[in-house]
Amino acid sequence: MSRLDDYLEVVPKGTIDFLKRLAEQVKGRKILHINSTKLGGGVAEMLRSHIPLLQDMGVEAEWHIISGTEEFFNATKSFHNSLQGQDQHLSQQMLQTFLEVNRESARRLSFDADYVVIHDPQPAALIENRPIRGKWVWRCHIDISRPQWEIWSFLKQFVVNYDAAVFSLPRFAQRLPIPQFLIYPAIDPLSDKNRPLSPKEQAQILSRLNIPTDKPMLLQVSRFDRFKDPLGVIQTYRLVKKHHNVQLVLAGGEATDDPEGKTVLSEVREAARDDPDIHILLLPPDANLEINALQRAATIVLQKSFREGFGLTVAEAMWKGKPVIGGSAGGITVQLVYGVTGFTVNSAEGAAFRIHHLLDNPEVMTKIGEDAKEYVRQNFFITRKLGDWLALMSYLGRGS
Amino acid sequence: MGRSARDEQQLLETIEEIPLDSLSYHTHSFFLRHKYIAGPYPNDFATWAAIQVRDRVLGEKLGILDPYDFENLEALRTKIVNIIDEHLSQLQIIPRVIYGEPFHFMQSRIIEVPTGLEARTLREFRNILVTVDASVVYYHNFEAILRLGRRMGDFALWIEEQLYLPKLAQKISRLDFYMISLESIRHRIIKLCDEVLEKEIQG
Repeated sequence: MSRLDDYLEVVPKGTIDFLKRLAEQVKGRKILHINSTKLGGGVAEMLRSHIPLLQDMGVEAEWHIISGTEEFFNATKSFHNSLQGQDQHLSQQMLQTFLEVNRESARRLSFDADYVVIHDPQPAALIENRPIRGKWVWRCHIDISRPQWEIWSFLKQFVVNYDAAVFSLPRFAQRLPIPQFLIYPAIDPLSDKNRPLSPKEQAQILSRLNIPTDKPMLLQVSRFDRFKDPLGVIQTYRLVKKHHNVQLVLAGGEATDDPEGKTVLSEVREAARDDPDIHILLLPPDANLEINALQRAATIVLQKSFREGFGLTVAEAMWKGKPVIGGSAGGITVQLVYGVTGFTVNSAEGAAFRIHHLLDNPEVMTKIGEDAKEYVRQNFFITRKLGDWLALMSYLGRGS
Repeated sequence: MGRSARDEQQLLETIEEIPLDSLSYHTHSFFLRHKYIAGPYPNDFATWAAIQVRDRVLGEKLGILDPYDFENLEALRTKIVNIIDEHLSQLQIIPRVIYGEPFHFMQSRIIEVPTGLEARTLREFRNILVTVDASVVYYHNFEAILRLGRRMGDFALWIEEQLYLPKLAQKISRLDFYMISLESIRHRIIKLCDEVLEKEIQG
């Protein structure tokens, strides 16, 4: 488990001292984070690093999950899709299941804390049971810039009762009667997913995954989710393959709160057909070293999402000095400064064009990779996010 | 803030209404948010016009504004509104975002954090400046002038009043803070200090 001082070597100068000073303003206070999954997905991964570091700074931090039924996660997946703009039908039964699981979880959990942070829509209705003490913050990790009105109206009745809402991008902010804050998500440079790997370690992992190293590798790491456009990535690969003998790796994990993944995975397998240069990897939620090795082995990394809460796989690859080509969606546009730290594109053709350009100009790849790495160090490390949260706690605490 | 503008008329009208904290965020805090790679212009209005609306003319007109030329934020607001108004009066149609992003208005809160670090000599000051977080450079140079209304940044003022080095203070206060990154400001101040310290050793 990492401690704050472990980051001294990788973060910008002065960062650790600054964080320790900032933490003094909220030392001894208790913060409770609640989400719906312990494994899989960016939120669980971030909390796994975030909580111990808060504790190391003297903040009493805890992490709890609400446990739901398959019916509940089907409902919340529809919520998720609908909030990200997809047409979904939500029955009264689904809304009822959502409320029942939240009420049941509220009976099981203790909310005795100075700050309670509720992550995403799944546990949002826990606010109905808030005690008098404590500031409640709704942390929305998903892109709700164009939500389906019906479901947003339903969710909003809970959101307005929070003391504040936190979004990952300005465009996700809504017209709400509560203060809204912007906090970019972040990666942990010391986690298994991002720590340096020895060449031997990397080779062993790739061999175990049956990934050859004799061809340039295009890689997309993400859940098998339509919003991540895995079929568009295969189309891109086929356009590139006409001129460059590359291989494609699609590595996706499964999250316990995403029941749609299996359907999308079978569509991807069908699209890949029997191409021996397309490798589809279904990785378990704890395959962090495997993802690390794949990102380090990749020549170019793709994140061709249509919708994205933030898209932290982009920052992960950038930190490894890789050029990334991403969809013009969500936080990808914040991470990829066009032509400087990577490229954003709007189509499979656009992605293929940029891949051709990079493969034909290796010096451009090197320069973009270097700038991308430094950009992540300055903006998307967990230490920056810790500072943002400490500042928010300090600010909200002043009002109490 | 949950407010956004899709065209330059909306931008103008919203700038007229927003709280000064929001105006300050979009015109002054750029360097705190972009420590490594500076955007095309050092304020968000200019960058949005040039990149998202693809109206380079307005981008250039707003991009050259130096907020420290104005007595206060209200005067800066008036100038920005006048520039956009004059620009729109010369056009037949109002430029708007077609493929780009709307302008999202934000507001900032500054939380002051004492670092616990103290300098009593120029050498101590220089050595501390090398190690601190870049936000320290921002706070003592940008915020000191903007919010506290001081005639120059804290560094220059302390060097003039406490170390009796008015020439060095002048050189630091003359740095064009608005056109360079925080790291560049740090490096330039350290270089100016080193020049003085070098002379002390030689003299």
